[in-house]
Amino acid sequence: MSRPAFRYKSAETAVAALFFLLGLLVMWDSARLGARWAEDGPQAGYFPFYIGLFICVASAVNFAGGLRLKGEANRTFVQTGQLTLVLAVLVPAAIYVALIGWLGIYITSAVFIAFFMRWLGKYAWWKVAVVSIGTSAVFYLVFEIWFLVPLPKGPLEEVLGLG
Amino acid sequence: MAEIEALMHGFAVALSLKNVAFMFVGIILGVIIGVLPGLGGANGVAILLPLTFSMAQSPGGTTTAIILLSCIYWGALFGGAITSILFNIPGEPWSVATTFDGYPLAQQGRAGAALTAAFTSSFVGALIAVIVITFLSPIVASFALEFGPPEFFAVYLLTFCAFVGMSKEPPFKTIASMMIGFALAAVGTDPVTGALRLTFGTEKLLNGFDFLVAVIGLFGIGEILLTLEEGLEFKGARAKLSLGVVLETWKELPRYWMTSLRAAAVGCFMGIVPGGATPASFMSYGVARRFSRDGDKFGSGQVEGVVAPETAAHAAGTSALLPMLTLGVPGSPTAAVLLGGLLIWGLQPGPLLFVEQKDFVWGLIASMYLGNIAGLIVVLTCVPAFAAILRIPFSVIAPIIVVICAIGSYTVHNSIFDVWMMVVFGVAGYLLKKLSYPLAPMVLAIVLGDRAEAAFRQAMLVSQGDLRVFFSNALVGTMTGLALVLLVWPLVTWLLSRSRASA
Repeated sequence: MSRPAFRYKSAETAVAALFFLLGLLVMWDSARLGARWAEDGPQAGYFPFYIGLFICVASAVNFAGGLRLKGEANRTFVQTGQLTLVLAVLVPAAIYVALIGWLGIYITSAVFIAFFMRWLGKYAWWKVAVVSIGTSAVFYLVFEIWFLVPLPKGPLEEVLGLG
Repeated sequence: MAEIEALMHGFAVALSLKNVAFMFVGIILGVIIGVLPGLGGANGVAILLPLTFSMAQSPGGTTTAIILLSCIYWGALFGGAITSILFNIPGEPWSVATTFDGYPLAQQGRAGAALTAAFTSSFVGALIAVIVITFLSPIVASFALEFGPPEFFAVYLLTFCAFVGMSKEPPFKTIASMMIGFALAAVGTDPVTGALRLTFGTEKLLNGFDFLVAVIGLFGIGEILLTLEEGLEFKGARAKLSLGVVLETWKELPRYWMTSLRAAAVGCFMGIVPGGATPASFMSYGVARRFSRDGDKFGSGQVEGVVAPETAAHAAGTSALLPMLTLGVPGSPTAAVLLGGLLIWGLQPGPLLFVEQKDFVWGLIASMYLGNIAGLIVVLTCVPAFAAILRIPFSVIAPIIVVICAIGSYTVHNSIFDVWMMVVFGVAGYLLKKLSYPLAPMVLAIVLGDRAEAAFRQAMLVSQGDLRVFFSNALVGTMTGLALVLLVWPLVTWLLSRSRASA
C-alpha cells in the first residue's frame, strides 16, 4: 500500500513543464493578436505577452530546480494507497459532474453521496438513504424555495411537477 | 473627530434587527465552514455569494449582504482555532501555528484554557485591527482620491511584489503561480479593444474564468483531496468549556499583553501589505518565542504560544479589508472574494466608496466591532456543538462538501461548464499545494488582472510608452521603488546567507 506512486522530481518537473507550455501558448496567442506598440497605444496582446514570458522564465527555473532533486531530497510525492483514495473521490466526482447536465443536480447529488457512504463508509442502506435523500431535499428547500435560485433539474423533477 | 461621528452613524445602520440577525447567522455559518475540512473563509464566502444577489437589490440590502459575508469570514477565522486545538488539524492555513502549543495543551487536559486563550486573543487582534481600519482608512481613501493610473498600477505592483518578497514559498513558484493567475484573468474579451484573447475559438471562454469558481475549486476540492490522503479518521480531544475555566484563563491573559500587542502589530502590517494571515501567524509565533521568558518551553503547551499566532492571524485577516475598501486591492483571498461581491452588487471599491456609500462603508466597519463581539460569544458558548461536527465521519461529510462546492460553482453563472472548471481547479489546487506553489497570489491575480492591466495601459497611454512614468513623482516613485526592493528581496537574503556560509 505504501509504495511511492510518484516522487517529487517527477511531480515538480511535470508541473513546471506544463506551466512552460501554458506560457508558450499565452505568448503565441498574444503575438497573433499583436503584442507591440501601435499608433493608439499598446495592442491587445501587449500585456499578456509579457505575462506568458514571465510564466516561461519562472517555469524554466522551477523545472531546473525539480531536476536537481536527488537522493534524500527526492521524497515521495504520493503513495499508491493515497493516490487510490484521491482517485476514489476524483473519478466519481467527475462522473457526478458529467451526469448533472442530464439528470439534474438533486438526483445525481443523492446518488453521489449514497455511493460514497456505501462504498467507503460501509453504512447500512437505511442510513445511506436517509442522509443522501435528506441532503438533496434540504438543498431543494434552501435554493429553490428559500433563496429562489434555480438549480439544474432532470426528468424526475419534471415527473414530480417540481421543475 | 469626524471618524467617531461616522462610526456612530455606522452603528445605527448595523444595529437594525435584520442586520444583527444576519450577523449571528453569518458567524455561526462561518464557524461551521471554518471547522469543516475543504471549506474555508475564501470558498465559503464564494459559495454563498450568489445567494446574496437578490438580497442586495433591496434598499440597504448591500449593507446586510456584506455584513452576512464578512461575518462568515470572522466566523471562519474563529473556527480554524477549534480544529487546531482539539484535533491537531488546522481547519485554516492561518491556524497551523496554533497547533504548535494548542494541541499539546489539549492533550494535557487544558483544552478549555487553550480555546479560551485562542478565542480571546482572536477577538483582541480583530479589535485592534478594526480600530486601525476606523482611523486609518478615511486617511488612505482621501489620499487615494488623488491617484491616477500610474499610482494605481504602482499599488498593484507593490501588492504582487510583496507576495514574492514575503511569502515563504520559493520566489519563482510564487511568480509562476501569480502569472498563471494573470493569464487566466486575460482570457476572454479584451476590455479596451474588444479583441478575443486566449479563447482559441471556444464560445465557453468568451467571458473568461470566474475567480469564484477558481476559489471554490482550488481551496475547496483541492483541500478535500489533500485531506483524503491523510485517511478517513479524525481523532480529537474532548471539548468542554465551563465558565470557571474561561474566567481563570482571562485572569492569566493580561500577563501576555506585550505579546498580544506585538502580534497585533505584526498582524496589521501583514494584512495591509498583502502578506496575509498565514505568514503573520507564523511570524508572530516566532517573535513571541524569541522575546518570551518561557521561549524554550514553546511547543510543549504554552498559553502564550496560542495567544501570539491567533492575535496576529485575526489582526491580519481583519486589516486585509483596509486596502480592499480604500484602494480596491484586497489583502487576502477572502478579501478578494468580498471585493468580487461588491463589484457584483454594483459598488465600485476604492476611495470613492467613502464619499458615495457612507452608509455601506461605516455600516460595515461598525459591524466588524459588533460581529467580533458576537463571534466571541458564539464560539465560547457553542464549542462542543462545533466540535461535534468534526466527529461526522469523512465518508459522509466529504461527498456533501463536494456537492456544496458544485452547487456553489454552478450558481455563479448558472453554467455547468463552471462546475467542470471547478474540478479542474480542484486537481490544480491539490498538485500546486503539494508542490508549495502559493495559491493566494494566483487568486488575487485573477481578480485584479484586468484592472492592473487597465491601469498599466492608461499610464502608458499618458506617457506615450515611457516606463519612467512610474517614477514621475515622489509618491509613485516610492511605491514602485519599494515594490522592486520587495521583488529582489529573496535574492538579497539568498546572497547574504551564501556569503555568511562561505565566510
